[in-house]
Amino acid sequence: MKKYFSFFRLRLAMGLQYRTAAIAGLVTQFFWGFMLIGAYRAFYESNPSAFPMSFQAMVSYIWLQQAFLAVFITWRYDEDIFTMITDGGISYELARPVDLYGMWYAKNLAMRLSEAMLRFAPVLLLAMVLPHPFRLGRPASAAHFFLFLLTMVVGLLLTVAFLMIIYGLAMKTISPTGVRLFFPAIVEFMSGQIIPIPFFPEKLRKIAELLPFAGMQNVPLRIYSGDLSGTPMVTAVVLQFFWLLVFLGIGKLLLSSAEKRAVVQGG
Amino acid sequence: MKRHSFRLYRHYVALNIRSSMQYKSSFMFTILGQTIATVSTLLSLIFIFQRFPVIKGFTLNDVILCAGIVQLQFSIAEMWARGFDRFAVTVRRAEFDRILLRPRNHVLQVLGSQFELSRIGRLIQGIIMIVYGVIKAQVNWTFLKGLTLFNMIVCGTLLFSGLHMIRAGLCFFTLQGLEFMNIFTDGFREHGKYPLSIYGDKFLLICTIVIPYTLTQYYPLLYLIGKRTDWWLPWSPLPSLLFLIPCWLIWRIGVRHYQSAGS
Repeated sequence: MKKYFSFFRLRLAMGLQYRTAAIAGLVTQFFWGFMLIGAYRAFYESNPSAFPMSFQAMVSYIWLQQAFLAVFITWRYDEDIFTMITDGGISYELARPVDLYGMWYAKNLAMRLSEAMLRFAPVLLLAMVLPHPFRLGRPASAAHFFLFLLTMVVGLLLTVAFLMIIYGLAMKTISPTGVRLFFPAIVEFMSGQIIPIPFFPEKLRKIAELLPFAGMQNVPLRIYSGDLSGTPMVTAVVLQFFWLLVFLGIGKLLLSSAEKRAVVQGG
Repeated sequence: MKRHSFRLYRHYVALNIRSSMQYKSSFMFTILGQTIATVSTLLSLIFIFQRFPVIKGFTLNDVILCAGIVQLQFSIAEMWARGFDRFAVTVRRAEFDRILLRPRNHVLQVLGSQFELSRIGRLIQGIIMIVYGVIKAQVNWTFLKGLTLFNMIVCGTLLFSGLHMIRAGLCFFTLQGLEFMNIFTDGFREHGKYPLSIYGDKFLLICTIVIPYTLTQYYPLLYLIGKRTDWWLPWSPLPSLLFLIPCWLIWRIGVRHYQSAGS
């Protein structure tokens, strides 16, 4: 366990170096949040009764989404891994006396965490002092807040577990371009990163809520504001844990089978 | 001299296209990626408009037309002004020294240094969205409407190019890429898919006076979809060209300030 922790710590320290990039990201995310709220306000004003969430819940959703963008964003890969797979550098990784899955998992976790750590606090602080209706509201209750934190952590673990499946597939096919393009696009949509799941048509919404991707953003962000509450919330949390175990299992299997017949490219 | 410059630029572009065609599969995948992104944007718009059929006076077809126009403006600018967009790299590697040494116009050379053909995917999707929007929003074609669309595309492309130029001009001072400038380019492409009036009057005013986005998007669009018929609306994109003056000045100041970097 200690080995994986040191991989994690190294990657974290590396990520925290990029402060200028973090400031630029901060400005962008803040602007993005502002514009999104502006658009949703226009939707709301055109017909409040058709709005599937409370407006306050929507505002919280957007600010949390912007603040924790680095946690959930599907397009952020560890580029080193893809490079290793295509140029044969992977042989060094395989030679290390550590479990490949554990090592890559720890690195990816740290990469996301370091980016999020530099960004989330300023976005949230600013969002809390904005004038109404742009202000980020308080969590629905202490219990909701606790569950929000818990599902955020599980959501992060789930997202990284999903990435590991992508790496596994890339290793099997040796050509990462295809897999890295298709899957994230679906995940991005189905996890509510483009529009929140409550805005989907009824049938698609029901399906989306059962799929693993809902746990990769939709669940924690809606629990915070109390938009997800009661029995549906409990179901969502249980599902999130279930899918985490499934994804961890698939990723582990995929990686170990790919490891057994790894093709080392390059000379 | 003028004809000479044009021939030189054409030569630059041909070179760039030939080099990007050497990596055909990477080129195809880039286009595929853009298509997926456009499809999910369109899907989200369809879902939103199923719930709210009319948003501040605009229908789904109006918004698809608007989004298509902005996408086309953005992608042409990204294609031909890519040299300005990626200028930070040029400055850091001191490649600008070479440009200064050649007895040709700097702007022309920077424009010619990169030509991103792979952005053609976005460009085609923009055109498809415009065609769809024009048919569905039942635009009755007149000469003036055609002119409006033409003005929107030309002036909008130049506006985006001007923003890329500001970014490049600022690179002379910072030597770094200025990612926050993405707000003005990518940000407008993303959030400008809706006519800017939906964000409120104050925002509309800022986007007319500070950076004249509304002149290439909102006002001419009103004419195009027949919401207003004022005589000046087809010409409304033209004043936005004044914005190119400060862009060019910032670039000039930057060039004067240039001290070579690198080795």
